[in-house]
This record gives sequence, C-alpha cells and structure tokens, in this order.
Amino acid sequence: MEAGENEVVELELRLLLEGIHERYHYDFRGYTSSSLRRRVTRALEQLGCATISRLQEQVLRDENVFAQLLQFLTVQVSDLFRDPSYWKALRDQVTPMLGTWPSLKLWVAGVATGEELYSLAILLQEEGLLERSLIYATDVNAEALRSAEKGIFALDRLRGFSENYFQAGGTRSLSDYYTAAYGGAVFSRRLIEHVVFSDHDLATDSSFSETQLVSCRNVLIYFTPPLQERALGLFSDSLVHGGYLCLGSRETIRFSSVAEDYEEVVPEDRIYRRVRR
Amino acid sequence: MSGVRPECVVVGGSAGALEVLNAVFPALPRGFPLPVLTVIHQPEHGSGVLARLFRGKCEVDVSEAEHGQPLTPGICFGPAGYHLAVEPTRTLSLSLGPPVWFSRPAIDVLFESAAWTFGSRSLAILLSGASEDGARGLATLRAAGGVTWVQEPSTALARTMPEAGLRLGGGQEILSPGQMAARLRGLGTEAT
Ligand SMILES: C[S@@+](CC[C@H](N)C(=O)[O-])C[C@H]1O[C@@H](n2cnc3c(N)ncnc32)[C@H](O)[C@@H]1O
Repeated sequence: MEAGENEVVELELRLLLEGIHERYHYDFRGYTSSSLRRRVTRALEQLGCATISRLQEQVLRDENVFAQLLQFLTVQVSDLFRDPSYWKALRDQVTPMLGTWPSLKLWVAGVATGEELYSLAILLQEEGLLERSLIYATDVNAEALRSAEKGIFALDRLRGFSENYFQAGGTRSLSDYYTAAYGGAVFSRRLIEHVVFSDHDLATDSSFSETQLVSCRNVLIYFTPPLQERALGLFSDSLVHGGYLCLGSRETIRFSSVAEDYEEVVPEDRIYRRVRR
Repeated sequence: MSGVRPECVVVGGSAGALEVLNAVFPALPRGFPLPVLTVIHQPEHGSGVLARLFRGKCEVDVSEAEHGQPLTPGICFGPAGYHLAVEPTRTLSLSLGPPVWFSRPAIDVLFESAAWTFGSRSLAILLSGASEDGARGLATLRAAGGVTWVQEPSTALARTMPEAGLRLGGGQEILSPGQMAARLRGLGTEAT
C-alpha cells in the first residue's frame, strides 16, 4: 500500500457518505467506520468498481446502484430466538408485568428480515398478550421490511430456530407456527395481524408514542456514540413510565446520558426499565 | 523488527491456538503497555469463557470486548458470535456481519481494521488453526506497513492457518511460541 493510500480511502468513504446523505437522505455518517469500510470494500468487489470514487459516481447517478449498495451497508443477520437466555428472561420477568397494562404498544426497531419480530409475536401469543398488542416493526432497509412481512425462512434454518425456541422456554412445537411452502417455512399470518411495518431511520426520524416495550437489538453496535445517543433518546421519548428497553447482548446504556433514567431488570440480558422522565 | 513501535497487537488463531496463548499470555509482564486484541474461533454461544480462562493466569488485565470500549493495555478477547474491530477513535466495535470462513468472530475482520487504524504501528500474530481465516487480513496489515508474525507451522497443531498466512505473503517473521513470548516481553520493556 502506498503512503497515504489509507487516508485517501478514508476520504473517499467520507465523501461517499456525504453524497448519499444529500442525494438520498440516508445518513450513514454516524456509523462505526471500520465495519462500514469493510462492507463498502465488499460492495466494490461485487459491483465491480476499482475505487470508492468510481462507486460514488455510479451511486449518485443511478438509483438502482444505490439500492444495491444499501443492501451492503445494512447488515441483516438475525435468527429466531437469538440469545435464548434473553427470550427466557423476557418471558419469565417481563411479560407478567406487561400483562398489567390493558393494551400494549411495542416497537421493534431494526427488525431486519423479521426473525426477532416473529419470536416476539410467538412469545406474546403464548403468554396471552398478542391479542391486545400493537407492534411497530421498523427498519431503515425497506427491502428487509418487505421480507419481514412475508415471514418466510429457509427450511434448513428451522432446526437451529427450534433449538433456540426450546432453550428460550418454549413449550409447544415451533412448527405450530409455520407451514412449509415455497421451499421455506411460512410463518402464520395471525402472528402479524397487529403489526405495523414501517420504514424508519433511527438517524433521522422521530419516535413512536407511548410504547410499553422497545426492542432494539444489535443495531446500536453499528453506531458511533453520538448516533447511539440519538437513538436512545428516541426510545426514552417513546417509552411510558415503567416501560421496558431491550438491547442486544453486547450493547449497553451504561456510557449514555439516559442511563440514569433506567433501572437494570436483567443486566446480563440487557433488559432495562424506564423509571424516570 | 522495523523501527516503528507498535501501538496495538492483534492475535488470531483457531484449533491449537489456546495452547500457544497458554505459553505466551502468562509471560506478559504486569504493566505491559499495549492492547492485545485477540480473536480465537469458538462456538457461537457461551460468553466470557476465554477471558475467564486466562484471567487467573495472567499478570495483565484480561477482558471480553464491549462495543464502544476504549482501547486500553491488556488482553481483550472478541466475544462469541460477534466480529471484533478497532476503530479510528481508538475504541472497540462489535458487529454482526456474516461469518468469514464460517467464523464470527473472524480474524480477517480484526486484522483488517488494525491495518486501517494503525497501519505501520500495528503488530499481528497468526497462530495455529484449521482454517484460512486471518491470512487475508495479515496480508492487508503487512501491506499497510505493519509487523507480522506467523507461528512456525511445524510447531502448530493445525498448519492450515499459518501456512495460508505465509502463502498470501503476509508473514514477515516465522516464530515458535517460545520466541513469540520472548519477543513480546521485549516489546513491553522496550516501550517503558
Ligand atoms: C443485525 S440486524 C438486527 C436484527 C435483529 N434486531 C436482531 O437482533 O436479530 C441490524 C438491523 O438494523 C437496521 N438498521 C441499520 N441502521 C438503521 C437505522 N439508522 N435505523 C433503523 N434501522 C437500522 C439494519 O437495516 C438491520 O436490519
């Protein structure tokens, strides 16, 4: 690598993000830079561009190229009942409290392709809460949302999902919730009867009102501290007193200014409760 | 070793690497001034296992990475199920990108980020393993002017990883575990 090459790439990356922000109003400027750079590097290889500058030209001039790049920039990795201990804690320690509210609004931010959403709906169903719940399922990636709405997962993933489900305290069979079709497992439409799917960007949009639970798992890890702060602010605005905030297993509010508004409910599974306004 | 002193050490390995770490990490003296970011392939579940394993036998701090944590001296392991990277802000970041060579955490991800962040002020060490993960990252780091050590394949329980590292041209020096321990200890005293 020539001297300065690294600096040039960093500059190109910054310019690309600026360009995307002005042209398409997606704001990736507050994302952690090494994972962004790795994903853009992969996009260069796949889209056949020698440099980020060349990619920038195409992205700014052709919406379709931007749409393709967007799939690289956002990471959709997810599983049903990922981190079983978290789902077990949610079932044992949170749903009994949720049951004390006559009706529930829940917000799954960064829902990706829906694995987390279906897990939550199944849990609420089994705890008798789904009928009185309204769930906002949001993501910045509209294509991911469409696939979340379809709720079709590859059959070869089901075995792992099913193991997770049992470890998470599931007592039925996961197959009660899906039918095999289109070469995949199609999850029951009944699970998403009360789900509103919506395009929503934690970097630029405002929040949903009066929720009892916000789940934003494995999204904050892509953000630098200022953007994390913004997102956590949205969740604080959204949650009612006593509402629950659920983060991914390696994410924390500890370094944030909202930390003192919450108490830790299940620290090891990153479940917090809003106790102050 | 080249003239520039590293600011960050990155270590990667898989099958057979724990034995090497057992020889190397306990040899690091209290006050060793550099962060030693370490990715060892492991099952996706179970957290904190590696840190617990080494905490008792090392003089330096041993931790498992949290997202956003500032870079500090001592050994820090990437948690199971997440990629570990170092950011230009001198903090650690975790991410959930697809596995690389079937692994998450992946060595390539850590090494590449160190190459981008520290360039010639980084030292990467690639150990025993039955996968090719790490070879590409090692080459990137070497190309960025960083220092690279590869475990002498004949001393490795699984040779695939060190051999891949050498094949892609990322290996600057080929060392046995004992030599690595001695050289690292030297780095610590050089720096203080
Ligand atoms: C790794 S997935 C997490 C999926 C799921 N929550 C889980 O934990 O399994 C991260 C998701 O965050 C979404 N995301 C990234 N930036 C976002 C933003 N600014 N606003 C909303 N969602 C975002 C991505 O599109 C992606 O679907």
